[in-house]
Amino acid sequence: MSSENNTLVKLNNAGFKQNDKWLVEGVSLTVEKGKIVTLIGPNGSGKSTTAKIALGIYKNIEGSVEKYTNKVGYVPQKISIDWTLPLRVYDFMLLTENIKEEAIDEALTLTGVIHLKNKNLGNLSGGEFQRVLIARAISKKPELLVLDEPVQGVDYTGEIALYELIKRISETLNCGILLISHDLHTVMTATDHVVCLNGHVCCSGSPMDVAKNNEYKTLFGEQASQILSVYEHKHDHVHSDKGEIKKN
Amino acid sequence: MFDDFFIRALIAGLGIALVTGPLGCFVVWRRLSYFGDTLAHSALLGVTLAYSFELNIALSVFIISSLIALILIQLQKKTNLPGDALLGLLAHSSLAVGLVVIGFLTFIRFDIMGLLFGDILAVTTDDLLIIWTGGAVILLVLKLIWKPLFASTVNYELAEAEGLNPDRAKAIFTILMAAVIAISIKMVGLLLITGMLIIPAAMARNISDSPQKMVLFSIIGGLLSVLLGLFSSLEFNTSSGPSIIMASLILFILSLLNIKQSIKLKN
Repeated sequence: MSSENNTLVKLNNAGFKQNDKWLVEGVSLTVEKGKIVTLIGPNGSGKSTTAKIALGIYKNIEGSVEKYTNKVGYVPQKISIDWTLPLRVYDFMLLTENIKEEAIDEALTLTGVIHLKNKNLGNLSGGEFQRVLIARAISKKPELLVLDEPVQGVDYTGEIALYELIKRISETLNCGILLISHDLHTVMTATDHVVCLNGHVCCSGSPMDVAKNNEYKTLFGEQASQILSVYEHKHDHVHSDKGEIKKN
Repeated sequence: MFDDFFIRALIAGLGIALVTGPLGCFVVWRRLSYFGDTLAHSALLGVTLAYSFELNIALSVFIISSLIALILIQLQKKTNLPGDALLGLLAHSSLAVGLVVIGFLTFIRFDIMGLLFGDILAVTTDDLLIIWTGGAVILLVLKLIWKPLFASTVNYELAEAEGLNPDRAKAIFTILMAAVIAISIKMVGLLLITGMLIIPAAMARNISDSPQKMVLFSIIGGLLSVLLGLFSSLEFNTSSGPSIIMASLILFILSLLNIKQSIKLKN
């Protein structure tokens, strides 16, 4: 398989300007089938903007986006739903595509919210709603998943389980994932490629490359170096026993 | 049993209610009631033009309302004025232009009350044809754009990201609004059309837990309002528009009682 066929979305020097202010500029990245690309960076660094450029939500952009799939699942960071709509979880699952009942049940079970299927969407807690959002995105069996802070508001054990689920989905569906996360630990262990943003691409590469980068260290400070030590620890294991680490 | 004109009014009214039910839900969900008002106000200009050039009223109203909707979209893009100010500007200026034009048309006798509040005596067999074929087309198109329109009503970015083309659905919906106003203007009157769109939908919201149910109850509410309204209009010799709207108001109040009861039951 050539890499061309595996490409799902490709940003070439892309940027977006709003009210004469660049939200982000000069971003180049590629999401391929079965690969997880993670965007990290401080608040206002253009992570969500980059995701929206990749999704085609922003139209008047600099540079270019090449999108090779229409089967997209999106979990936005902020979602304001108008409660003048009577909307159950079940109705929400069918929002953009008519999917089979079994697929809905399966996705809701995977994210642990099957018991909420007939509840009104407005009555869910933040964490429950987030699980429904993830379930909706994966139930479509997308080729490209864009997850913008997908586990916000989810309890700690749930967070770990959901990240494991996301990783498993990228393997079973062989879909490409563009992930935005502030959780550096997750990023460094579950990602194939990291792009560190700060209004522009600060550095990018494998998690290991990024963790060693000086700009990354200044951007994330103390936390970053801790993660680096964690990562290097794991790195040692990769050399001694590859298979076991993959299960991690 | 009834006079022909009344039978015609009933058939016309029921046809209108079938269309305003689902469209009204979107007007409530997307907060478009003032937008509906603006299109309805501009309809007066459409009516006067129809008289001046001997056009069909529904066609003329449809053209003018669509035009106003297009102007609105352009103004929204090209100015920094807030949406409600632009709506007010268009609503009142088109109403004013319509009234001035009426002033010039001294050779035609206008039933202004009928235009503003509806007149069941005015419904002809041709109107029935327009209402039912026009209504069927509106419902068919609405069904075709339902998915992108509904998805973008819930969340625009989700719809756009997942490839549903919400902008096109929105533009088509705007035209459907102009069309529903065009076919119901004679019956309900231009001041009260938005009520016909909103009140049954608002009533339905009170007793629904899913979008499909809300659409269904909104249609049923509209049909009942037309029946109740027209019979009372005949009985008390009142204008058809206000009678229908009052009937829907009564249904709305009843739906509020339903809410109170279900809250009591929960407790």
